[in-house]
Amino acid sequence: MSALPRAAELGLIACKVCGLVCRNVRDDERLDGDDRADAMACPRCGATLHRRKPNSYVRTWALLIAAFIMYIPANVLPIMRTASLNDVDDNTIISGVVELWRAGSPNLAVIVFSASIVVPVLKFLALGTLLLSSQRGSEWARLQRAKLYRLVELIGYWSMLDVFVVALLTALVRFSVLSRVEPLPGVIFFGLTVVLTMLASMSFDPRLIWDGKDSDD
Amino acid sequence: MASPEALLICEHCDTVYRRRALVRGDVARCACCDAELERHHALSVNAMLALILTAFIVFVQANMWPIVTLGLNGQHSSTTLWGMIVAMWREQAGVVSVLVAATLFFFPLMKMSLLGWLLWFARAGRRAPGFRQLMVTLHYLGPWTMSEVFVLGALVAIVKAHTYFDVTPDPGIYAYAALTLLITIFAGVDLRQLWDETPEPLA
Ligand SMILES: [Zn+2]
Ligand SMILES: [Zn+2]
Repeated sequence: MSALPRAAELGLIACKVCGLVCRNVRDDERLDGDDRADAMACPRCGATLHRRKPNSYVRTWALLIAAFIMYIPANVLPIMRTASLNDVDDNTIISGVVELWRAGSPNLAVIVFSASIVVPVLKFLALGTLLLSSQRGSEWARLQRAKLYRLVELIGYWSMLDVFVVALLTALVRFSVLSRVEPLPGVIFFGLTVVLTMLASMSFDPRLIWDGKDSDD
Repeated sequence: MASPEALLICEHCDTVYRRRALVRGDVARCACCDAELERHHALSVNAMLALILTAFIVFVQANMWPIVTLGLNGQHSSTTLWGMIVAMWREQAGVVSVLVAATLFFFPLMKMSLLGWLLWFARAGRRAPGFRQLMVTLHYLGPWTMSEVFVLGALVAIVKAHTYFDVTPDPGIYAYAALTLLITIFAGVDLRQLWDETPEPLA
Protein backbone atom coordinates (compact mmCIF):
# COMPACT_ATOMS: atom_id res chain seq x y z
CA MET A 1 0.00 0.00 0.00
CA SER A 2 1.11 3.53 -0.63
CA ALA A 3 1.88 5.93 2.15
CA LEU A 4 -0.85 8.31 1.02
CA PRO A 5 -4.02 8.21 3.12
CA ARG A 6 -7.03 6.62 1.46
CA ALA A 7 -10.61 7.72 2.10
CA ALA A 8 -11.82 4.24 2.99
CA GLU A 9 -9.16 3.94 5.72
CA LEU A 10 -10.02 7.36 7.18
CA GLY A 11 -13.75 6.63 7.21
CA LEU A 12 -14.49 9.21 4.52
CA ILE A 13 -16.59 9.05 1.36
CA ALA A 14 -16.56 11.46 -1.57
CA CYS A 15 -20.02 12.11 -3.04
CA LYS A 16 -19.99 10.80 -6.63
CA VAL A 17 -22.33 13.54 -7.82
CA CYS A 18 -21.09 16.75 -6.18
CA GLY A 19 -17.71 15.74 -4.75
CA LEU A 20 -18.45 16.69 -1.15
CA VAL A 21 -16.31 14.82 1.37
CA CYS A 22 -18.56 13.08 3.91
CA ARG A 23 -17.95 10.94 6.95
CA ASN A 24 -18.72 7.25 6.42
CA VAL A 25 -21.17 6.36 9.19
CA ARG A 26 -22.47 3.11 7.75
CA ASP A 27 -20.86 1.11 10.51
CA ASP A 28 -21.42 3.62 13.32
CA GLU A 29 -23.07 1.59 16.08
CA ARG A 30 -24.58 4.62 17.79
CA LEU A 31 -27.04 5.10 14.90
CA ASP A 32 -30.09 2.93 14.34
CA GLY A 33 -31.65 1.98 10.99
CA ASP A 34 -33.41 5.17 9.88
CA ASP A 35 -30.73 7.56 11.06
CA ARG A 36 -28.11 5.52 9.32
CA ALA A 37 -30.05 5.58 6.05
CA ASP A 38 -30.33 9.39 6.32
CA ALA A 39 -26.66 9.69 7.05
CA MET A 40 -25.84 7.75 3.89
CA ALA A 41 -27.33 10.46 1.65
CA CYS A 42 -25.08 13.34 0.67
CA PRO A 43 -26.12 16.37 2.77
CA ARG A 44 -25.42 18.70 -0.14
CA CYS A 45 -26.99 17.05 -3.20
CA GLY A 46 -29.00 14.15 -1.76
CA ALA A 47 -27.26 11.39 -3.76
CA THR A 48 -26.75 8.08 -1.99
CA LEU A 49 -23.21 7.70 -0.72
CA HIS A 50 -21.28 4.56 -1.58
CA ARG A 51 -17.76 3.71 -0.56
CA ARG A 52 -17.45 1.97 -3.94
CA LYS A 53 -19.92 1.80 -6.81
CA PRO A 54 -22.43 -0.89 -5.74
CA ASN A 55 -21.96 -4.34 -7.32
CA SER A 56 -19.40 -2.89 -9.65
CA TYR A 57 -17.94 -6.23 -10.80
CA VAL A 58 -21.26 -7.94 -11.45
CA ARG A 59 -22.78 -4.98 -13.28
CA THR A 60 -19.73 -4.31 -15.40
CA TRP A 61 -19.38 -7.99 -16.36
CA ALA A 62 -23.07 -8.23 -17.25
CA LEU A 63 -23.04 -5.08 -19.39
CA LEU A 64 -19.76 -6.02 -21.06
CA ILE A 65 -21.01 -9.49 -21.98
CA ALA A 66 -24.29 -8.07 -23.27
CA ALA A 67 -22.31 -5.55 -25.34
CA PHE A 68 -20.15 -8.34 -26.75
CA ILE A 69 -23.21 -10.38 -27.75
CA MET A 70 -24.58 -7.32 -29.61
CA TYR A 71 -21.20 -6.70 -31.19
CA ILE A 72 -21.28 -9.97 -33.15
CA PRO A 73 -24.39 -9.20 -35.26
CA ALA A 74 -23.19 -5.58 -35.49
CA ASN A 75 -20.18 -6.81 -37.45
CA VAL A 76 -21.67 -9.76 -39.29
CA LEU A 77 -24.91 -8.14 -40.45
CA PRO A 78 -24.83 -5.32 -42.98
CA ILE A 79 -25.43 -1.84 -41.52
CA MET A 80 -26.56 -0.07 -44.68
CA ARG A 81 -27.99 -0.81 -48.15
CA THR A 82 -27.21 1.37 -51.14
CA ALA A 83 -29.60 0.77 -54.01
CA SER A 84 -29.47 2.28 -57.48
CA LEU A 85 -31.19 1.40 -60.79
CA ASN A 86 -29.13 -1.66 -61.58
CA ASP A 87 -27.31 -2.42 -58.40
CA VAL A 88 -28.03 -3.27 -54.76
CA ASP A 89 -25.12 -3.24 -52.37
CA ASP A 90 -25.13 -4.16 -48.67
CA ASN A 91 -22.35 -2.64 -46.55
CA THR A 92 -20.93 -3.99 -43.33
CA ILE A 93 -18.78 -1.89 -41.01
CA ILE A 94 -15.61 -3.34 -42.51
CA SER A 95 -16.70 -2.98 -46.14
CA GLY A 96 -17.53 0.67 -45.36
CA VAL A 97 -13.96 1.25 -44.25
CA VAL A 98 -12.58 -0.48 -47.34
CA GLU A 99 -14.83 1.58 -49.61
CA LEU A 100 -13.69 4.81 -47.94
CA TRP A 101 -10.07 3.78 -48.47
CA ARG A 102 -10.73 3.07 -52.17
CA ALA A 103 -12.62 6.36 -52.56
CA GLY A 104 -9.29 8.05 -51.96
CA SER A 105 -9.61 9.06 -48.31
CA PRO A 106 -7.18 6.84 -46.42
CA ASN A 107 -7.11 9.34 -43.54
CA LEU A 108 -10.84 9.14 -42.99
CA ALA A 109 -10.73 5.38 -43.48
CA VAL A 110 -8.24 5.16 -40.62
CA ILE A 111 -10.45 7.37 -38.42
CA VAL A 112 -13.56 5.27 -39.12
CA PHE A 113 -11.58 2.07 -38.60
CA SER A 114 -10.39 3.38 -35.24
CA ALA A 115 -13.82 4.55 -34.07
CA SER A 116 -15.79 1.53 -35.26
CA ILE A 117 -13.37 -1.34 -34.77
CA VAL A 118 -10.34 -0.40 -32.66
CA VAL A 119 -12.28 1.47 -29.95
CA PRO A 120 -14.93 -1.22 -29.30
CA VAL A 121 -12.33 -4.00 -29.33
CA LEU A 122 -10.05 -1.95 -27.05
CA LYS A 123 -12.98 -1.48 -24.67
CA PHE A 124 -13.71 -5.20 -24.49
CA LEU A 125 -10.06 -6.06 -23.92
CA ALA A 126 -9.36 -3.19 -21.52
CA LEU A 127 -12.45 -3.63 -19.34
CA GLY A 128 -11.97 -7.41 -19.34
CA THR A 129 -8.37 -7.01 -18.19
CA LEU A 130 -9.32 -4.42 -15.57
CA LEU A 131 -12.08 -6.63 -14.19
CA LEU A 132 -9.96 -9.78 -14.00
CA SER A 133 -6.88 -8.12 -12.52
CA SER A 134 -8.85 -6.08 -9.97
CA GLN A 135 -10.91 -9.07 -8.89
CA ARG A 136 -7.69 -10.91 -8.15
CA GLY A 137 -6.44 -7.90 -6.19
CA SER A 138 -3.45 -7.74 -8.51
CA GLU A 139 -0.80 -5.10 -7.91
CA TRP A 140 0.49 -5.45 -11.46
CA ALA A 141 0.87 -2.16 -13.43
CA ARG A 142 -1.65 -0.27 -11.35
CA LEU A 143 -0.80 3.14 -12.72
CA GLN A 144 -1.01 1.90 -16.31
CA ARG A 145 -4.33 0.20 -15.62
CA ALA A 146 -5.69 3.42 -14.08
CA LYS A 147 -4.62 5.34 -17.17
CA LEU A 148 -6.12 2.68 -19.45
CA TYR A 149 -9.46 3.09 -17.71
CA ARG A 150 -9.42 6.85 -18.18
CA LEU A 151 -8.57 6.40 -21.86
CA VAL A 152 -11.54 4.06 -22.31
CA GLU A 153 -13.82 6.61 -20.63
CA LEU A 154 -12.50 9.42 -22.81
CA ILE A 155 -12.75 7.81 -26.25
CA GLY A 156 -15.70 5.45 -25.73
CA TYR A 157 -18.47 7.55 -27.23
CA TRP A 158 -16.63 8.23 -30.51
CA SER A 159 -17.75 4.78 -31.67
CA MET A 160 -21.15 6.32 -32.37
CA LEU A 161 -19.57 7.76 -35.54
CA ASP A 162 -20.79 5.04 -37.92
CA VAL A 163 -24.32 5.23 -36.56
CA PHE A 164 -24.45 8.94 -37.41
CA VAL A 165 -22.98 8.32 -40.86
CA VAL A 166 -25.72 5.80 -41.68
CA ALA A 167 -28.44 8.10 -40.31
CA LEU A 168 -27.23 11.07 -42.35
CA LEU A 169 -26.84 9.08 -45.58
CA THR A 170 -30.30 7.54 -45.14
CA ALA A 171 -31.86 10.98 -44.83
CA LEU A 172 -29.85 12.40 -47.73
CA VAL A 173 -29.77 9.75 -50.42
CA ARG A 174 -33.39 9.53 -51.47
CA PHE A 175 -33.64 9.94 -55.22
CA SER A 176 -36.64 7.59 -55.64
CA VAL A 177 -35.58 4.72 -57.94
CA LEU A 178 -32.30 6.31 -59.03
CA SER A 179 -30.48 5.99 -55.76
CA ARG A 180 -31.44 5.20 -52.18
CA VAL A 181 -29.78 4.36 -48.87
CA GLU A 182 -31.55 2.30 -46.22
CA PRO A 183 -30.37 1.34 -42.76
CA LEU A 184 -30.07 -2.41 -42.09
CA PRO A 185 -30.27 -4.20 -38.70
CA GLY A 186 -26.49 -4.21 -38.16
CA VAL A 187 -26.57 -0.49 -37.36
CA ILE A 188 -29.13 -1.06 -34.58
CA PHE A 189 -26.93 -3.71 -33.00
CA PHE A 190 -23.93 -1.45 -33.33
CA GLY A 191 -25.72 1.47 -31.65
CA LEU A 192 -26.72 -0.81 -28.78
CA THR A 193 -23.12 -2.08 -28.49
CA VAL A 194 -21.86 1.48 -28.06
CA VAL A 195 -24.46 2.33 -25.41
CA LEU A 196 -23.82 -0.91 -23.50
CA THR A 197 -20.02 -0.48 -23.51
CA MET A 198 -20.46 3.09 -22.26
CA LEU A 199 -22.68 1.85 -19.44
CA ALA A 200 -20.16 -0.91 -18.69
CA SER A 201 -17.24 1.49 -18.33
CA MET A 202 -19.38 3.76 -16.16
CA SER A 203 -20.25 0.96 -13.77
CA PHE A 204 -16.63 -0.09 -13.29
CA ASP A 205 -15.15 1.55 -10.21
CA PRO A 206 -11.50 2.54 -10.90
CA ARG A 207 -10.80 2.62 -7.15
CA LEU A 208 -11.02 -1.18 -7.22
CA ILE A 209 -7.71 -1.16 -9.11
CA TRP A 210 -6.06 0.20 -5.97
CA ASP A 211 -7.93 -1.90 -3.44
CA GLY A 212 -6.39 -5.09 -2.19
CA LYS A 213 -8.16 -8.42 -2.15
CA ASP A 214 -11.74 -8.94 -0.88
CA SER A 215 -12.85 -5.32 -0.95
CA ASP A 216 -15.82 -5.27 -3.29
CA ASP A 217 -19.05 -3.95 -1.81
CA MET B 1 -8.99 16.23 11.47
CA ALA B 2 -9.49 19.03 8.95
CA SER B 3 -13.04 20.08 8.03
CA PRO B 4 -14.56 18.21 5.05
CA GLU B 5 -14.47 21.33 2.84
CA ALA B 6 -10.70 21.45 3.18
CA LEU B 7 -10.35 17.92 1.85
CA LEU B 8 -10.37 16.49 -1.63
CA ILE B 9 -10.67 12.83 -2.55
CA CYS B 10 -9.35 11.41 -5.81
CA GLU B 11 -12.31 9.82 -7.60
CA HIS B 12 -10.08 7.34 -9.36
CA CYS B 13 -8.14 5.85 -6.47
CA ASP B 14 -9.66 7.16 -3.21
CA THR B 15 -6.54 9.03 -2.04
CA VAL B 16 -7.28 11.93 0.32
CA TYR B 17 -5.70 15.36 -0.16
CA ARG B 18 -5.81 18.69 1.58
CA ARG B 19 -7.19 21.30 -0.81
CA ARG B 20 -4.81 24.01 -1.86
CA ALA B 21 -5.49 27.28 -3.62
CA LEU B 22 -4.82 27.09 -7.34
CA VAL B 23 -3.51 29.93 -9.44
CA ARG B 24 -4.03 30.51 -13.13
CA GLY B 25 -3.00 27.55 -15.24
CA ASP B 26 -2.66 25.17 -12.28
CA VAL B 27 -3.82 21.59 -12.54
CA ALA B 28 -3.71 19.49 -9.38
CA ARG B 29 -2.90 15.86 -10.13
CA CYS B 30 -3.19 12.79 -7.94
CA ALA B 31 0.22 11.61 -6.76
CA CYS B 32 -1.01 8.03 -6.69
CA CYS B 33 -2.86 7.51 -9.99
CA ASP B 34 -2.08 10.73 -11.92
CA ALA B 35 -5.77 11.59 -12.45
CA GLU B 36 -6.73 15.24 -12.54
CA LEU B 37 -7.99 16.37 -9.13
CA GLU B 38 -8.82 19.98 -9.72
CA ARG B 39 -8.05 22.64 -12.27
CA HIS B 40 -7.97 26.39 -12.04
CA HIS B 41 -10.69 28.02 -14.11
CA ALA B 42 -9.78 31.01 -16.17
CA LEU B 43 -13.44 31.40 -17.17
CA SER B 44 -15.56 33.61 -14.92
CA VAL B 45 -19.25 32.90 -14.42
CA ASN B 46 -20.03 35.75 -16.83
CA ALA B 47 -17.73 34.33 -19.49
CA MET B 48 -19.31 30.91 -19.11
CA LEU B 49 -22.79 32.38 -19.43
CA ALA B 50 -21.78 34.25 -22.58
CA LEU B 51 -20.34 31.03 -23.99
CA ILE B 52 -23.51 29.08 -23.23
CA LEU B 53 -25.75 31.72 -24.80
CA THR B 54 -23.58 31.72 -27.93
CA ALA B 55 -23.66 27.93 -28.03
CA PHE B 56 -27.44 28.03 -27.68
CA ILE B 57 -27.86 30.36 -30.66
CA VAL B 58 -25.45 28.28 -32.75
CA PHE B 59 -27.29 25.10 -31.71
CA VAL B 60 -30.66 26.49 -32.84
CA GLN B 61 -29.16 27.37 -36.21
CA ALA B 62 -27.38 24.03 -36.55
CA ASN B 63 -30.76 22.36 -36.15
CA MET B 64 -32.81 24.67 -38.36
CA TRP B 65 -30.51 24.89 -41.35
CA PRO B 66 -29.91 21.97 -43.72
CA ILE B 67 -26.60 20.20 -43.14
CA VAL B 68 -25.68 19.22 -46.67
CA THR B 69 -27.27 18.99 -50.15
CA LEU B 70 -26.74 16.20 -52.65
CA GLY B 71 -27.30 16.57 -56.37
CA LEU B 72 -27.91 13.80 -58.92
CA ASN B 73 -28.89 14.47 -62.55
CA GLY B 74 -30.39 17.83 -61.67
CA GLN B 75 -32.35 16.50 -58.68
CA HIS B 76 -31.47 17.80 -55.23
CA SER B 77 -31.85 16.37 -51.77
CA SER B 78 -30.93 17.91 -48.43
CA THR B 79 -31.62 17.21 -44.79
CA THR B 80 -31.57 18.68 -41.30
CA LEU B 81 -30.91 16.86 -38.03
CA TRP B 82 -34.64 16.26 -37.59
CA GLY B 83 -34.80 14.95 -41.14
CA MET B 84 -32.33 12.26 -40.02
CA ILE B 85 -34.36 11.39 -36.96
CA VAL B 86 -37.59 11.07 -38.98
CA ALA B 87 -35.89 9.09 -41.77
CA MET B 88 -34.46 6.53 -39.34
CA TRP B 89 -37.84 6.17 -37.66
CA ARG B 90 -39.59 5.53 -40.99
CA GLU B 91 -36.98 3.00 -42.06
CA GLN B 92 -37.65 0.72 -39.09
CA ALA B 93 -34.57 1.82 -37.19
CA GLY B 94 -36.45 3.31 -34.24
CA VAL B 95 -33.63 2.52 -31.80
CA VAL B 96 -31.19 4.54 -33.88
CA SER B 97 -33.73 7.31 -34.31
CA VAL B 98 -34.12 7.60 -30.53
CA LEU B 99 -30.33 7.47 -30.00
CA VAL B 100 -29.77 10.27 -32.50
CA ALA B 101 -32.60 12.39 -31.09
CA ALA B 102 -31.29 11.96 -27.53
CA THR B 103 -27.54 12.43 -28.03
CA LEU B 104 -27.69 15.16 -30.69
CA PHE B 105 -30.85 17.06 -29.78
CA PHE B 106 -32.53 16.53 -26.41
CA PHE B 107 -29.48 16.01 -24.17
CA PRO B 108 -27.44 18.90 -25.62
CA LEU B 109 -30.52 21.13 -25.44
CA MET B 110 -31.16 20.15 -21.81
CA LYS B 111 -27.51 20.65 -20.91
CA MET B 112 -27.40 24.15 -22.36
CA SER B 113 -30.74 25.19 -20.88
CA LEU B 114 -29.80 23.92 -17.43
CA LEU B 115 -26.41 25.60 -17.56
CA GLY B 116 -27.91 28.86 -18.77
CA TRP B 117 -30.44 28.82 -15.93
CA LEU B 118 -27.92 27.92 -13.23
CA LEU B 119 -25.28 30.40 -14.42
CA TRP B 120 -27.79 33.23 -14.74
CA PHE B 121 -28.42 33.02 -11.00
CA ALA B 122 -24.80 32.20 -10.14
CA ARG B 123 -23.84 35.55 -11.69
CA ALA B 124 -25.53 37.22 -8.72
CA GLY B 125 -23.94 34.67 -6.37
CA ARG B 126 -27.27 32.91 -5.86
CA ARG B 127 -28.56 29.40 -6.32
CA ALA B 128 -31.22 29.09 -9.00
CA PRO B 129 -34.61 27.61 -8.07
CA GLY B 130 -34.28 23.84 -8.28
CA PHE B 131 -30.46 24.13 -8.03
CA ARG B 132 -29.90 20.82 -6.28
CA GLN B 133 -32.02 18.67 -8.58
CA LEU B 134 -30.73 20.40 -11.71
CA MET B 135 -27.08 19.97 -10.71
CA VAL B 136 -27.70 16.24 -10.17
CA THR B 137 -29.40 15.99 -13.60
CA LEU B 138 -26.46 17.79 -15.19
CA HIS B 139 -24.07 15.29 -13.61
CA TYR B 140 -25.88 12.34 -15.17
CA LEU B 141 -26.21 14.01 -18.58
CA GLY B 142 -22.42 14.25 -18.70
CA PRO B 143 -21.18 11.78 -21.33
CA TRP B 144 -24.38 11.48 -23.37
CA THR B 145 -24.08 14.52 -25.62
CA MET B 146 -22.34 13.76 -28.91
CA SER B 147 -22.47 16.80 -31.21
CA GLU B 148 -18.71 16.65 -31.81
CA VAL B 149 -18.92 13.03 -32.96
CA PHE B 150 -21.66 14.01 -35.40
CA VAL B 151 -19.43 16.62 -37.05
CA LEU B 152 -16.87 13.95 -37.85
CA GLY B 153 -19.68 11.63 -38.97
CA ALA B 154 -21.01 14.29 -41.35
CA LEU B 155 -17.53 14.66 -42.82
CA VAL B 156 -17.32 10.91 -43.42
CA ALA B 157 -20.80 10.88 -44.99
CA ILE B 158 -19.84 13.76 -47.30
CA VAL B 159 -16.72 11.95 -48.50
CA LYS B 160 -18.69 8.75 -49.08
CA ALA B 161 -21.45 10.57 -50.97
CA HIS B 162 -18.90 12.51 -53.01
CA THR B 163 -18.13 9.43 -55.13
CA TYR B 164 -21.67 9.30 -56.52
CA PHE B 165 -23.22 12.75 -56.06
CA ASP B 166 -22.52 16.47 -56.27
CA VAL B 167 -22.11 17.49 -52.66
CA THR B 168 -22.76 21.03 -51.41
CA PRO B 169 -22.17 21.71 -47.72
CA ASP B 170 -24.97 23.84 -46.22
CA PRO B 171 -24.80 26.37 -43.36
CA GLY B 172 -25.92 23.70 -40.85
CA ILE B 173 -22.58 21.91 -41.07
CA TYR B 174 -20.68 25.14 -40.35
CA ALA B 175 -22.94 25.84 -37.39
CA TYR B 176 -22.13 22.36 -36.11
CA ALA B 177 -18.42 22.96 -36.54
CA ALA B 178 -18.72 26.20 -34.54
CA LEU B 179 -20.71 24.37 -31.87
CA THR B 180 -17.93 21.78 -31.58
CA LEU B 181 -15.42 24.56 -31.03
CA LEU B 182 -17.56 26.04 -28.23
CA ILE B 183 -17.99 22.60 -26.64
CA THR B 184 -14.22 22.12 -26.70
CA ILE B 185 -13.64 25.44 -24.92
CA PHE B 186 -16.20 24.43 -22.32
CA ALA B 187 -14.95 20.86 -21.92
CA GLY B 188 -12.36 21.64 -19.25
CA VAL B 189 -14.85 23.33 -16.92
CA ASP B 190 -15.68 21.36 -13.79
CA LEU B 191 -19.25 22.35 -13.05
CA ARG B 192 -18.99 21.12 -9.48
CA GLN B 193 -17.43 24.47 -8.68
CA LEU B 194 -20.95 25.90 -8.70
CA TRP B 195 -21.60 24.02 -5.46
CA ASP B 196 -18.73 25.84 -3.78
CA GLU B 197 -19.22 29.22 -5.39
CA THR B 198 -22.84 29.73 -4.44
CA PRO B 199 -23.83 29.73 -0.77
CA GLU B 200 -26.34 27.24 0.55
CA PRO B 201 -29.66 29.04 1.16
CA LEU B 202 -30.64 29.26 4.81
CA ALA B 203 -33.47 26.82 5.34
ZN1 LIG C 1 -23.30 15.18 -3.08
ZN1 LIG D 1 -5.86 9.17 -7.65
